[in-house]
Amino acid sequence: MIAQPKRQIALAGPVVALLRFVLVVALTFLGLLALTFFIGRVVPIDPVLAVVGDRATTEQYEAARVAMGLDRPLIAQFGSYVWDVLNFNLGMSVSTNRPVAEDLARVFPATLEMATLGIIIGVGLGIPAGVLAAAHQGRWIDQIIRVFALLGYSVPAFWLGLVGLAIFYAALGWVSGPGRVDIFYDGITPTVTGLLTVDSLLDGDWDVFQSALSHIILPATILGVFSLAYIARMTRSFMLDQLSQEYITTARVKGVPEWRVIWVHAFGAIRVPLITVIGLSYAGLLEGSVMIETVFSWPGIGNYLTTALFNADMNAVLGATLVIGSVFILINKVSDVLYRLLDPRSR
Amino acid sequence: MRAWLLDDSPASRGQAAAGRAYRIAGDLMRNPLAVVGSLIILALILTAIFASWIAPESPVGQDLSNRLMPPSAEHWMGTDELGRDIFSRVVYGARITLLIVGLVAVISAPLGLLIGAVSGYFGGWTDRVLMGLTDVFLSMPKLILALAFAAALGPGIENAIIAIAITTWPAYARIARAETLTIRNSEFVAATRLLGASHTRLITRHVLPLCTSSMIIRVTLDMAGIILTAAGLGFLGLGAQPPLPEWGAMISRGRSFILDQWWVATMPGFAIIVVSLGFCFLGDGLRDVLDPKSEGKS
Repeated sequence: MIAQPKRQIALAGPVVALLRFVLVVALTFLGLLALTFFIGRVVPIDPVLAVVGDRATTEQYEAARVAMGLDRPLIAQFGSYVWDVLNFNLGMSVSTNRPVAEDLARVFPATLEMATLGIIIGVGLGIPAGVLAAAHQGRWIDQIIRVFALLGYSVPAFWLGLVGLAIFYAALGWVSGPGRVDIFYDGITPTVTGLLTVDSLLDGDWDVFQSALSHIILPATILGVFSLAYIARMTRSFMLDQLSQEYITTARVKGVPEWRVIWVHAFGAIRVPLITVIGLSYAGLLEGSVMIETVFSWPGIGNYLTTALFNADMNAVLGATLVIGSVFILINKVSDVLYRLLDPRSR
Repeated sequence: MRAWLLDDSPASRGQAAAGRAYRIAGDLMRNPLAVVGSLIILALILTAIFASWIAPESPVGQDLSNRLMPPSAEHWMGTDELGRDIFSRVVYGARITLLIVGLVAVISAPLGLLIGAVSGYFGGWTDRVLMGLTDVFLSMPKLILALAFAAALGPGIENAIIAIAITTWPAYARIARAETLTIRNSEFVAATRLLGASHTRLITRHVLPLCTSSMIIRVTLDMAGIILTAAGLGFLGLGAQPPLPEWGAMISRGRSFILDQWWVATMPGFAIIVVSLGFCFLGDGLRDVLDPKSEGKS
């Protein structure tokens, strides 16, 4: 009888944590919806006028206003907006004449493909660079990596994209230009995952794969450079924290080889905080892809967003904002939870 | 003069403040990156002030017979598709960049400071509501949010500034709250409260001044991001409108010529990089000097 309440508490811990997590995500998501709803409200274009035209009589105007539900109190309008979004109804796109949700589902894999390759490049180069910088703190290699990381905060992504195109596509001819695949390969690969490099491999079509790879490699690398800067900076800072600890001195005194001290002892301790960093930069890449996609005419969500901006297609703009925002929030929160689950101190 | 500045027992507030400023400036000057950063920002400010003397030509004057000329002794950065001297336009662009950066800082830093201080000072439900709001903003992608706001408000430099300011204040609110929480329960605040000081007086005269140093670091470090966002909005046509020589908008104009006339898009980019780097360097240096806890890290 005495043991029972104790076990309940032990069980309640994770359940409460899960409930709190769901609540926080739901509230943040509601906040995002409130923001997009608010942005949709402050648009100077009158949505009723856009439907009935400016020659409509007052009665026609009023009828359309009531039909669109714009005469209801703001909170009720927000309620139906939330309900629509939960049912994946994001309205019609003025420029493509298709439901925004359908458009977004079609373009999202392209962005996912580029961001994923970008994060692989960023992690693959950024972590070794950060560890190297910390192991040689204050030497020239550390300074180079420090300046490079600061450059990552100061170079406009769209500018680097243009310069990359001018050098590697126009001057050197090492990679293919804008777009996702050469025009004569377009649309011949059956869609399975939506990631063209994966789909063409599944299809066994080597030519399409090569063409797709030579199109994606430049934008993905440029995207990766930005996550590289952040990941290297954070890795260096985490490593410096660890390398000044006493257990590292102990290991060195015991005669453990230096590479083992760095890569096994110190690096082992920073893997968990690095997860959060990688999660954050992955989310940041989805955002950063907006500019890169515009420069490279990459048919992803960022390009969709900027095209919609030019056409004043507010439904599409808000829909894309909502999707990028939701993915961003989700990745952020999940990496937060992963950190707490994996870090033994926070148990 | 130096002895008066470094006096251990200053006679007046003015002397103490001047001495502190002198020490910080001295420490900054010993940090090579901070010196480079300060010089770049000084150069930016001087360029903006004296743009009409520095620029050899008008930033908007067209000369169609000299269009798309490569960089030469006459046109250091070449000319654009309307024959305008790119160097002159980059020089005048310093004014726009400084205006955007300055206005965003003036709007968002005090706003964040006030929200954070009020939130931390009162605690309880005030804190929960204000910080909930801050967290919602913080967990949004900044660039996308600024894009959506700028798109809704309509293109233009004022709207771009508003859109960026809306997305930058939450970080400042977080910092101000954290600082306020440590100050709130200190003895000098309790003493001032016993003297009958009102909440407003306590927050504005005693809490806020102590938050400013960490705020200055953060704002300086954020400047690079603000410049990049502003340039991005300009690139997408949502920021400053032509013929204003905004650097991002200039890159966007040069996009169609990137393969043959590379200088049109490339040159304004160098200006953006140099100025952003300047703010990064200075921010890093300021952090090392004002916040010794994090010295050498990140």
